[in-house]
Amino acid sequence: MEIHAYEKFWLAAALLLIVGFIATVSYGAVGAGVEMIDDDGGTVDPQALDEHPKFSDPGVYQSGPNEYDVYVVAQQFAFRPGTAEPIEVPADSTVTFHVTSADVIHGFEVVGTNGNTMAIPGQVATFTVEVGGPKEYGILCNEYCGSAHHAMEGTMNVVPQDEFNGTKGGA
Amino acid sequence: MATFVDRYPEEASVVKATLVVSFLSLGIGALFGLVQALHRTGYLRILDSVDYYTVLTGHGVLLALVFTIFFLMGLFTWAVVQSLERPLPDIRLSWAWVGLTTTGAVFAAVAILAGLVPSIDMSADVLYTFYAPLMGHPLFYIGLAMFIVGTWLAGADWFLAYRDWRGDNPDERIPLQTFMVLTTMLMWYLATLGVAVSTVFFLIPWSFGWVETVNPLLTRTLFWFFGHPVVYFWLMPAYMLWYTVLPKLAGGRLFSDPLARVVFVLFLLLSTPVGIHHQYLDPGIAEGFKFIAMTNTMFLLLPSLLTAFTVVASIEHGARQRGGEGYIKWLGALPWRDPAFTGMALAGAMFAAGGFSGMINAGMNINYLIHNTLWVPGHFHLTVGTAVALTMMAGSYWLVPQLTGKRLYSRPIGLLQVVLWFVGMVLMSNAMHRGGLAGIPRRTAEPQYQNFEFSTMLGSVEEIQAGIALGGTLLFVSAVLFLFNILLSSIEDPIENPVDDSLPAPLSGASGSPVVLDNLRLWTAIAVVLVILAYTLPLAGIVGDAGVWGDVPGVPVWVSGNLDAALAALPEVIA
Repeated sequence: MEIHAYEKFWLAAALLLIVGFIATVSYGAVGAGVEMIDDDGGTVDPQALDEHPKFSDPGVYQSGPNEYDVYVVAQQFAFRPGTAEPIEVPADSTVTFHVTSADVIHGFEVVGTNGNTMAIPGQVATFTVEVGGPKEYGILCNEYCGSAHHAMEGTMNVVPQDEFNGTKGGA
Repeated sequence: MATFVDRYPEEASVVKATLVVSFLSLGIGALFGLVQALHRTGYLRILDSVDYYTVLTGHGVLLALVFTIFFLMGLFTWAVVQSLERPLPDIRLSWAWVGLTTTGAVFAAVAILAGLVPSIDMSADVLYTFYAPLMGHPLFYIGLAMFIVGTWLAGADWFLAYRDWRGDNPDERIPLQTFMVLTTMLMWYLATLGVAVSTVFFLIPWSFGWVETVNPLLTRTLFWFFGHPVVYFWLMPAYMLWYTVLPKLAGGRLFSDPLARVVFVLFLLLSTPVGIHHQYLDPGIAEGFKFIAMTNTMFLLLPSLLTAFTVVASIEHGARQRGGEGYIKWLGALPWRDPAFTGMALAGAMFAAGGFSGMINAGMNINYLIHNTLWVPGHFHLTVGTAVALTMMAGSYWLVPQLTGKRLYSRPIGLLQVVLWFVGMVLMSNAMHRGGLAGIPRRTAEPQYQNFEFSTMLGSVEEIQAGIALGGTLLFVSAVLFLFNILLSSIEDPIENPVDDSLPAPLSGASGSPVVLDNLRLWTAIAVVLVILAYTLPLAGIVGDAGVWGDVPGVPVWVSGNLDAALAALPEVIA
């Protein structure tokens, strides 16, 4: 099979580009430590969330010095916590989100950040973020979840350490 | 010399029938697109935001599945018949699949459109992806299943034609267009297994209430098993036109037949084991499986990058045949007044941009920033919405005269139409990509929220909305111009030679390529092995989590259809 010299050059350049892309993603995962949504959140019975030790009372739980777990239940058409009351976490802390759904598939997106996951009934999505200085973030559902999908929103407040009230938000 | 309709009148009727369905759904789907573009940007609101999702489902299903695939079925029928130079084995089989796919498409469309009529207790606004446990009306899933089986029969029709031809020509290379059809269909048979299993075994019994629960992650994964390869099912007819027709319209011939075969084989091998790249953000699937899908996806760039080379080289060859010279100046020698050429060339140029935004989607970590944002429709309106749709419309200007024996009504209107599509899509997809970077979500009727605002890096949200509304309007005008041009062409009087329908042989012919390229059994076997490697463990894990039948009850869309009631119930839910 005859391959033109320019074609060979193009083929080599294309392969180099592809390998380069895979290398940058691998570096992001291994070198820079970009965490992926994985299967380590485990499963949960979506019809018995009220019997779950944490999802029965979702909110912010302190898990260590300056480390927090946030349990969030997404359901038509609100986040608990997030919608009726904001998720409140202290500044400059490590926060692990545990997100699940009580009914259909939802999205959980912290607007303008890469805090973004699907909330699938029966599955728990877990991801950890390093929270910076005080700021207010919007949260929205980015997966169509029914007729009032567009009304499903919430907020997350990062507050100064000394203003953080550990009893607020469920825990 | 007589044209296609004179040589194969019965086959021409089959192709015309599929194109009529295709273009009808293009018209309805485009109207829905206009309604959405104006609604979500707030420029014109003629319906409740609750009904937006019915319109959105109609837009997605009618354009992405019905318009594209009916066009494909017509184009592939034409391609098989004209490249094998023989009629189809049994025209009754052809009409059978036309009937089955059309009935299926009508069922699905009725289930969706009934959502706009409150007095009919039927709805399927579950969007194009129909993720369980949101539950649509059974008619929707039944229509989908019939449609898929219809496409399988169409493939059988083309394979039977090939078998007859092979019997008479045991030692010849498969004609290039037939090779493209067969490899594409093998990919399709493999890919549709996922959605067929999901629909027939899970969603239909579940929507009838015969089984109570569903495993949402399982049906979602089976959907994406099909949901990414279907992208290539849309794209392959465009590639076929770019490889076999565009060089001729440019005044030349295809650069390399063997490389075209390599490209289609690569699509057969790599299209299916990539669907998990739509599920990077799904819990319940281990990171390693996502990494495998990402690697396959990146290698899938290769056939498209090769296509970019071959198609551009072929066009340049055509330009030089027409007297074009210089490094860049040859571009001026191309037939830019021909809407078929210009439409396909602009579609190809837009595909390059769409390819680059797709590479970003494919990157596992960067994907987090843009997943499910407006970036995503920005991307696929460049790929399926332009590379595919514009190529199909432009190709129709050359194809339809062969099917009817009538000339195109107006070439200048055709030229205006393809340029309008290009301009409209530049405005709209640019705005969508930037809106996505600001975090504006896709698939929502009201992208403004009460408690926060989006901050854009460049420009403002208002300017992004203006781009979407204006772009969407231009696209609708373009679709209307296309439909009228085709409609008026169909009532012209037949003429002797409505279009030059000959296709020149490639510069490097098939004879120079390795015979193994035509070994379809081998490529299919490798494709199956790759799918098994990519999917066995993730599917086993998902079934292990919640069982085959799952533990999540359905949530019928029409029950939660009352916005006020749903919102009124919110405080109780929260308390």
